[in-house]
Amino acid sequence: MNHLPLIIKREYLNKVKNKSFIIMTFVSPLIMIGLGLLIGFLTNINKNKERIIDVVDESGFAKEIFSDTTSSTKYRILNNIDLTQARVDVEEQEHYGLLYIPRVDSVSQLEKSVKFYSKDTPSLTLIGDLESKIGKRLTNINYKNKGIDIEKIERAKVSIEINQESYTGEKTSKFSGGLKLVFGMVSGYLLFMFIIIYGNMIMRSIIEEKTSRIIEVIISSVKPMQLMLGKIFGTSLAGITQFVIWVIVLGILTTILTVVFNVDISAMQGSQQVLMQETMMNGDMNDKIAMGLYELDKLPIINLIVMFLLFFIGGFLLYSSLYAAIGAAVDNETDTQQFMMPIMVPLILAVYVGGFTVLEAPHGTVAQVFSFIPFTSPVVMLMRIPFGVPMWQQILSVVLLFATFIGTVWFAAKIYRVGILMYGKKPSYKEIYKWLKY
Amino acid sequence: MDNLLVAENIVKKYGDYTALNNVSLTVPKGSIFGLLGPNGAGKTSFIRIINQITMPDSGLVTLDGKPLEQNHVKDIGYLPEERGLYKSMKVGEQALYLAQLKGLTKTEAKERLKYWFDRLDIGDWWNKKVQELSKGMAQKIQFVVTVLHQPKLLIFDEPFSGFDPINANLIKDEILKLREDGATVIFSTHRMESVEELCDHIALIDKSNKILDGKLLDIKKQFKSNTFEVGVSTDNEAALRNVLENKFSIAPASFKSIHEDVKVKIQIDPTSTPNELLSFLTNQGQVNHFTEVIPSASDIFIQSVQNN
Repeated sequence: MNHLPLIIKREYLNKVKNKSFIIMTFVSPLIMIGLGLLIGFLTNINKNKERIIDVVDESGFAKEIFSDTTSSTKYRILNNIDLTQARVDVEEQEHYGLLYIPRVDSVSQLEKSVKFYSKDTPSLTLIGDLESKIGKRLTNINYKNKGIDIEKIERAKVSIEINQESYTGEKTSKFSGGLKLVFGMVSGYLLFMFIIIYGNMIMRSIIEEKTSRIIEVIISSVKPMQLMLGKIFGTSLAGITQFVIWVIVLGILTTILTVVFNVDISAMQGSQQVLMQETMMNGDMNDKIAMGLYELDKLPIINLIVMFLLFFIGGFLLYSSLYAAIGAAVDNETDTQQFMMPIMVPLILAVYVGGFTVLEAPHGTVAQVFSFIPFTSPVVMLMRIPFGVPMWQQILSVVLLFATFIGTVWFAAKIYRVGILMYGKKPSYKEIYKWLKY
Repeated sequence: MDNLLVAENIVKKYGDYTALNNVSLTVPKGSIFGLLGPNGAGKTSFIRIINQITMPDSGLVTLDGKPLEQNHVKDIGYLPEERGLYKSMKVGEQALYLAQLKGLTKTEAKERLKYWFDRLDIGDWWNKKVQELSKGMAQKIQFVVTVLHQPKLLIFDEPFSGFDPINANLIKDEILKLREDGATVIFSTHRMESVEELCDHIALIDKSNKILDGKLLDIKKQFKSNTFEVGVSTDNEAALRNVLENKFSIAPASFKSIHEDVKVKIQIDPTSTPNELLSFLTNQGQVNHFTEVIPSASDIFIQSVQNN
């Protein structure tokens, strides 16, 4: 008798109808959006707070550059006052700080003698900004003093953009590089999150079966293997449902917020976007977009999607069978800690290798090796594929992954079969090893 | 006699530990078969093998003449000692699920559940969650789920634990009725009074070995000690005791009597008959009480395990 569909259905419905699951499904996107808004809001509070900086410029070189009043940082030029008095005044008035440019004979003397006084350490961006402003101004003065025509210099500047092309003639650009990076990172992290969230869910549901003592009733009707696979598949489906709802709800909320409140959500998000935006800012916008669409078209979309699905499914099944084995071996969640290590180490390793090594050298030895080891390959290979991995490598890696999955299911089933009937004590690794031989 | 379940030379080892050592049992059709033994003797291991939860290392189990196979699951109903239900599921849904796992269709299962829920007067629990039920209530559901698919063989491991006396009686009557309807019951318990009440066959497992099995009545005959409880009233008690002590091995006895009796247990030689004892006693005084001491299941259990 094949009860697998029945078990999957029960696991799925039981998860999906669970109150906390429903709440998490719909509240999480709200929390994420809310957090984003909060962070944006907090950042803006800081930005919008007016900062007044007093300037004592004895040299007289820099006065013009502080005339800009549009930004939230306001400069007030103090005339006819000596530094000591200015410091006292500024401190009394609780202004942000005091910029002091001493009287000098030549511009080069200013290199080390400009000073900034403030109550607390000033923000790095502010100091950087001031340094570049004053530096630029002084450079220009220097040019003039030495009789160099600034306009000529500006006109003589050359900006370089390297066109990248592979030996096979595929053209790429920084933009498509960014795109590949985003695809790799997003799919890798997605899988990582999925494994942790839903692997734990499988583990908990097995522990629940043990603690509620229903397990013996069930396995007098179905084979433990069927029950385990049913739980894994049912929970995965519930997880996919939740993920899809998250994406949809997030999408809708983002749209609503953008349209109704005119909030720029993307401005609050991660560095990848910044990178993308930066690459796009360089040069002509329309050109870039056209190029981008072309690049997007050139990406092996079908290959990416198929491999994403294969590695996602394979990777999740591989890890979830291990989670199932742990759930079967222990009596309660606190006992799972010691067994979580062997799962978390390769997973975290995969994300680190993916995040650093692959981005630096997508086809380097380290990246290649880790994209074949089944416990790291789903994450690492997914990050590598957008940069172009030979088909034989992709297929080999998938085959290895699924072969290992069969191996871990066999291994997990052995532990599961014995473990689910063991109550009351926390097993050691040694005992679990013995179970394999029962 | 027709046997429903035959287990031959079952051996089960867990690593170095032998849980069952060459155990053979036959469970006759239509019997209530008491599977007895001290804690950790191997009863649960044996029951799990019958349920194909674990496989024996060697030996063969046949049900109705055929070696056990996956399909037999629907012929067996098992109420384990460690039993529970999914806490967050509704009673009805859960019962349906478990019944479907035993091979019933959804409609069949619904019909039969309705019958049983009405019969046990628990119809209004259908939409309750299990966590709202008391232990006894949950046990009733588990009982229903065990018998719902009308299996040939029912295995109850401590079925009465958790029940109050009223419900325990109710379940006992249901078990007897199921037997009348043709089911065979394997009954594992430590409560010897329910063994006396229900079982017609027993097997005793101790330290992984079967040490005793057969009809309860035959076993009792085998364990009888030719001992009789007698109450005799006489004018001269001391003289009577003296006579008895010289002729038999006696022990003090206590039973209810309306007479001022000399109460003793008398063990007679296996070669002599109760009649001889009785006629001897009638010569000594008025015999008001004369019963053969029948060994109880509890006596047999303790004696066998201690001698093993």
